[in-house]
Amino acid sequence: VDVNLAYLLAHANWNGNLALVKHVVLVLSGKGGVGKSTITTELALAFKHAGKKVGILDVDLCGPSIPRMLCVGRPDVHQCDSGWVPVYTDAQKSLALMSIGFLMEDPDEAVIWRGPKKSAMIAQLVSDVAWGELDVLLVDTPPGTSDEHLAVLENLRKHRVDGAVLVTTPQAVSTGDVRREITFCKKTGVRILGIVENMSGFVCPHCTECTNIFSKGGGEELAKLTGSVFLGSVPLDPLLSASVEEGRDFAESFPNSATFSSISSISQVLLKSLEND
Amino acid sequence: MSDTPDNAPKHCPGTASEQAGKAASCQGCPNQKLCASGAGKNPDPAIGEIGEKLSSVKHKILVLSGKGGVGKSTFSAQLARALASDGTKEVALLDVDICGPSIPRIMGLDGEQESSVHQSGNGWSPVYVEDNLAIMSIGFLLSSPDDAVIWRGPKKNGMIKQFLRDVDWGELDYLIVDTPPGTSDEHLSIVQYLSSTHVDGAVIITTPQEVSLQDVRKEIRFCQKVKLPIIGVVENMSSFVCPKCKNTSQIFPPTSGGAEKMCADLNLPLLGKLPLDPRIAQSCDEGRPFLREVPDSPAAEVYHTIVQSIRTYCSNRQTEPSTT
Repeated sequence: VDVNLAYLLAHANWNGNLALVKHVVLVLSGKGGVGKSTITTELALAFKHAGKKVGILDVDLCGPSIPRMLCVGRPDVHQCDSGWVPVYTDAQKSLALMSIGFLMEDPDEAVIWRGPKKSAMIAQLVSDVAWGELDVLLVDTPPGTSDEHLAVLENLRKHRVDGAVLVTTPQAVSTGDVRREITFCKKTGVRILGIVENMSGFVCPHCTECTNIFSKGGGEELAKLTGSVFLGSVPLDPLLSASVEEGRDFAESFPNSATFSSISSISQVLLKSLEND
Repeated sequence: MSDTPDNAPKHCPGTASEQAGKAASCQGCPNQKLCASGAGKNPDPAIGEIGEKLSSVKHKILVLSGKGGVGKSTFSAQLARALASDGTKEVALLDVDICGPSIPRIMGLDGEQESSVHQSGNGWSPVYVEDNLAIMSIGFLLSSPDDAVIWRGPKKNGMIKQFLRDVDWGELDYLIVDTPPGTSDEHLSIVQYLSSTHVDGAVIITTPQEVSLQDVRKEIRFCQKVKLPIIGVVENMSSFVCPKCKNTSQIFPPTSGGAEKMCADLNLPLLGKLPLDPRIAQSCDEGRPFLREVPDSPAAEVYHTIVQSIRTYCSNRQTEPSTT
C-alpha cells in the first residue's frame, strides 16, 4: 500500500508541474546554428506581448544560449515543494525560463556528458520545474536527432506535446538536415506545426541591396516537399543578432522593422494554430 | 572515460566508472557481476586496433566547435581540398556528425548512397572525390536523404569506432575529422578511440558573436580536459562586403570582442578571420570547390593563409621528438 501511495504522490507531483501548461511546443532543427534559440526567444517575447504567459525550457545541455538572449545572467535557482522555481524575466511573471545554464557553477565549464547522463538530466528538467500556469511552454533543443530529443519526448509525452516548429536556414546543406528532423518527427509521432526559414536574405544597410548570403527559399521549398505549413521567413538582420547578443527585447527596440513584422506574423499564425487545436 | 553499452539499463554509470556494478541502476543488469569485478575498466581492445590501423596516417586534425552552424563542415571541406591540391599528399576527410552529415553534399557526393561504399578485404573503402582525397560519412550509408539517424550515444560511438577501425584509408598524409557541435558522445569517443595514436591537434571554429563564443569556450575547456592540443581558432562569418556598394557590414556583431579577444584572453593563436561570402554557401550547396572556382576572392586568400599555418604547425610537430 505504501508503495502505491508513493507512486501516486510522485505521479500527482508530475502532473502538478505541467498540469496547468496549456500548450507545449518543441523548437527543433537537425542543423546547428540556424537560430533555434533566437527564434525561441523571439516567439516567447511575441507571445508575451500578446498577453500570454510563456515558459522556455532550454535543454541544450552542451550549449545553453537562452539565458544570455533574455539577459537573465546567472541567477540562483530556488527550490519549492514541487521542484525548481523557474527564473522570471519580468515583474509580472509572464515569461519564465529554466535552463541547464543556471545549474552550472562556471559558465565556461563544459558539460562533457554522454547520452545516458544527459537523458537523466533532461528527465529531471522536464518534470521538476514548477511552471505554474502557462499558456505556452517552448522547449529549445540542441541540434540533431539523438539522446536529448528522445529524452524530451519520452518525458513530455506523459503530459502533452502540441507539436514542433522546425527552424532552418535557406541553404540545401541546412534543409538537408532538417529533412531528417522531419523524419524524426514522423517516426516519433510529433505533429509539425510549421517551418520557419531564418537568415533569409540580408539587406545592406548602406545601399539596401538584398543579398541572399545563405541562398533563399529553401525553407518554403522544404515545406512544400514535405507537405508542412510554411510559417514564414526571418531576414538576416544585424540588429536582431545584436539584440539577442545583448539580451534586449527586439520588439521594444525595433517595432517597425521588417524583421519584427515577420516574427510577429509567425507568432500569430502559430498561436492561432495552437488555440484552434 | 566511461563507456555505456547499447543494452545498458537507463542510468548505467558506465562500465569503466568507479560505480560500475555498484550503482542502484546496476541492480538486475545481467552484466552487474562482470562490471563489479572491474573487467570493464580494461580499455576497449578497439583502441589498440585503431592505433595500429592509423599508424600509416601522418597527421590527424580534428575540426571542433561547441556551437552548431558556424561552418565546421565548410571549413573541413575547404581544408581537405586545399591540402589535397598538392598532388603528392594523400588526404582523407572523415565526417563523424552522425545525425547531420553535411560533408557528402559539400563535396558534391550527394547522390552517393549505400552502393558507393564498398566492402573489401581491408574493410570499407571510402569514396574518392579526387585521386588523393578520400571521404567517409554516415551519409553514404543512408538509403535516402530523408533517412534520420535516431540513435542514442552508444550506437553513435559504435559507428565512429567502425569508421576509424574498419575503413581502408591506406597511407595518408592528413586525416581531417569533422565533428558535430557540442562536447558529448561523439567527441569523447573520437578522442578516446584516437588515444593510442598521435593527434596533431584541433582547429576550433567560431563566429564573432558572444552567443557562439560562450559555447566555444566550453569546447576549449573540453580540449584542455582531454589534453587535445589546439592548433588555433578560426573566426568564420566575420564580416560581409556588399557585392553592390562594397561597404562592409558586421552581420554577426562581435559584441564581446570576437575571436580576437577570446584568443588573447586564453592565449590561443587566431588562425584567421573568414568573411561571409555568399559564393561559399552556394558552392557548398552545389558541391563545388570554392577555392578553385573563386581563387582570387578575399575569403580564398584568408583560407590559404590558414591552411598554410596548419601545414606549418603539422610539419613542426613532425620534427619534434615523439611527444605522445
